[in-house]
Amino acid sequence: MVMSELLSGQPGERRLFLGNEAIVRGALEAGVALVTTYPGTPASEIGDRCFEISRQTDLSFEYSVNEKTALEVAAGAAASGWRTLCAMKHVGLNVAADTLMTLAYVGVRGGMVIVSADDPSLFSSQNEQDNRYYAKMAGLPLLEPATPQEAGEMTQAAFALSEELKLPVLLRTTTRVNHTRGPVTLGALSPRPGRGRFRKDPFRQVMVPAVARQAHARLLEAQAAARAQAETSPFNRLAGRGPWGVVTSGVSRNYVEDALTELGLARKVTLLQLGFTHPLPEDLIGKFLSQVERVLVVEELEPFLEEGLKAVAQARGLTATIRGKAEGLFSRLYEYHPGLVKEKIAQYFEVPYAPPAPQVPEQALGEALPERPPNLCPGCPHRATYYSVKIALRDLGLEGIFPTDIGCYTLGLLPPLSMADFLICMGSSISTGAGIAKATGRKVVAFIGDSTFFHSGLPALASAVHNRHDFLLVIMDNGTTAMTGSQPHPGVSLVPPGYPGEHVPIPRVVKALGVEQLWVVNPFKYKEALAATKEAVRGTGLRVLISQAPCHLYAQRLTGKKRTARFQVVDECGDCRHCLEYFGCPAMYVKPGEPGRMLIDEEMCSGCAFCVQWCECIRPVKAGG
Amino acid sequence: MTATENRKPKTENLRIFLTGVGGQGTLLASRLLGEAALEAGFSPLVSETHGMAQRGGVVVSTVVLGELKSPLISPGEADVVLGFEALEAFRALDRCRGDTLVIANTAAIVPYPVATGKARYPEIGPMFELLARQVGALLAFDAGALARRAGSPLAVNMVLLGAITATDCLPFPAAAVLEVIRTRTNPRFLEANLKAFGMGEAAAREEANWRRRPDGR
Repeated sequence: MVMSELLSGQPGERRLFLGNEAIVRGALEAGVALVTTYPGTPASEIGDRCFEISRQTDLSFEYSVNEKTALEVAAGAAASGWRTLCAMKHVGLNVAADTLMTLAYVGVRGGMVIVSADDPSLFSSQNEQDNRYYAKMAGLPLLEPATPQEAGEMTQAAFALSEELKLPVLLRTTTRVNHTRGPVTLGALSPRPGRGRFRKDPFRQVMVPAVARQAHARLLEAQAAARAQAETSPFNRLAGRGPWGVVTSGVSRNYVEDALTELGLARKVTLLQLGFTHPLPEDLIGKFLSQVERVLVVEELEPFLEEGLKAVAQARGLTATIRGKAEGLFSRLYEYHPGLVKEKIAQYFEVPYAPPAPQVPEQALGEALPERPPNLCPGCPHRATYYSVKIALRDLGLEGIFPTDIGCYTLGLLPPLSMADFLICMGSSISTGAGIAKATGRKVVAFIGDSTFFHSGLPALASAVHNRHDFLLVIMDNGTTAMTGSQPHPGVSLVPPGYPGEHVPIPRVVKALGVEQLWVVNPFKYKEALAATKEAVRGTGLRVLISQAPCHLYAQRLTGKKRTARFQVVDECGDCRHCLEYFGCPAMYVKPGEPGRMLIDEEMCSGCAFCVQWCECIRPVKAGG
Repeated sequence: MTATENRKPKTENLRIFLTGVGGQGTLLASRLLGEAALEAGFSPLVSETHGMAQRGGVVVSTVVLGELKSPLISPGEADVVLGFEALEAFRALDRCRGDTLVIANTAAIVPYPVATGKARYPEIGPMFELLARQVGALLAFDAGALARRAGSPLAVNMVLLGAITATDCLPFPAAAVLEVIRTRTNPRFLEANLKAFGMGEAAAREEANWRRRPDGR
């Protein structure tokens, strides 16, 4: 095994790290002893790098079953004196919110850093909530890095801050920080401590009402100490002079700095750069507000700083005009970019600036450019499962309603599969399916992946059994957490060599939760899978069909095995188009200029041998052909 | 244009926009450019798209050098576009200005809606003629064919890296990029990668592959 590059290098050396890697390096330099996570873009690389490192050092690491579990494991270890880090995507913190809110009462002994990776523009998420409000709601210190270098520095500072205040610290990143590589200067790695020690102190650590009343008071008292830290934090900087003020935090700071340089305003603006943003440094903000007349707040998503600034101004009787989110100014939607920030700064301070007016490619060409939607891979078992369900419903003359869930299989939304009708969040397929079936009396087929099933499907399924709901749940078990980069989970069947995790088989779990009607199929065995699917679709009561076949992509990567066959359309298939309308494998295409002739791309065909089982025009290609 | 001894100051701003299709190795190419820049004493920023977009979708990344703090490239602000696929190179027209250098693979990867007859892939020749008229210079050739000739269809990224280093747009020499290819790519593919890189360099020296605006850059 190659040593992780995050473990190598001399102090002072510069490396090109992703923001996520800088966080891991910063944590290692701070002597982190335990890291937990549930994978989710844009935070996934934090866990993945720590997983590698845990196989090469004594770092404790786990992929927990969900974010709440991850946060609790880290909290227990932090209560025992270890430095711990827990990483998740922004919506993961919703799952862990119950723990977070009262963990703030209990506090920590070892430093604890919670990484919340927010996703403005929803590159790979179901919403774009601004998790800075969690820090405010829970009463926790909040740091917002702008660059990979700062992500590493803030991670280290967060451990120290956490131990000083005895509170977990929220490190809030955004996709653009997590997934930007930039130069990071290495510090020295720290050794991890030996065994932690749990000190019994039930009247401070067991949150029954009488204890929690005291704990809440202590938490509020800690806010003053935290604010004092924010006032003098090196991450909060006031620079420049003049009646125009700009306030910014996180990745937007980079866009502001470039904009001020390019607009020639670098020496004409009073700039307040904030990195430690809860509690806000009210004295520093007051000082800033008393120096300026007009203020522009540049922050992605919600007006978190803007509201804070307005509150400080009101409390201190300061009258500078403060603007940020407004019609024609900054939006609460989506990621910002340097050109946008330049344009808005110029507009607000009435500085002449002509933004570039680039050509729009569609207009230049005079026709729409074809889109390039993402698609399930050739050989993906999910497509085979969807196909059988589609055919089963068609043959039975039924129309289904399809609540779905979060994973690669969410791509079943797109035509021609079109097998997704309702989705809220991780695990929602099961319970929303129950509600839809209850209200409509219609045939509901809900889809959930294996990792998502463990993440938040278990209580939903137990509840559906107990409440005698009537729908079919299809668990699409591809043996890994494919969407986020093939991380293991309790039901995992594909693991890197030497992976020590205990295997928890899904069929056993489903039976143990009280499901009586259960089918287990291999979706690539079409005849058997279709027969079982028809039975399952036709039935009543709560039914579960487990469709098990490994993720083709990951299995190939793990085993290094090449395909053993490939297939081709041998005959003219005329106007059938069945494969295009029901299956949609990306390896299949219409021969240009011959609408009645389908072909299979010989590079892309995975050799899964599924289509050959239902189309007589498709045949294996002989070896060497 | 030939590989020249570059003496541009380390503070000169340069924004390179890379675009292609999932699986083409755009992220590796942007990372290698970043690593080469770091070795040469710059403070590069490289931003990447991960996640959902990689399942056959468009993958864009950026490499930014100089005094710039922003890792992103806004519309009309790219100095160089490295297009790994014909249609995606054209789609990046909105990142270009009148003096942008576009280096593009003329080979197409057919999007699924086109494969199924639901959409039309624009004719590549006229599309590139149009592109050439809008930007400072266009260097376009079939990088896919060169990669296959080099022994690895997946080495389109190496061909394009070779091509960009053979223009005068980078503030560090080809040797810096070759060094990171040697140290940071899979040794199993090194021979094919180096060959592909060399073919990209040669393609950039081929005057027939260039189209420059008559009014010059």
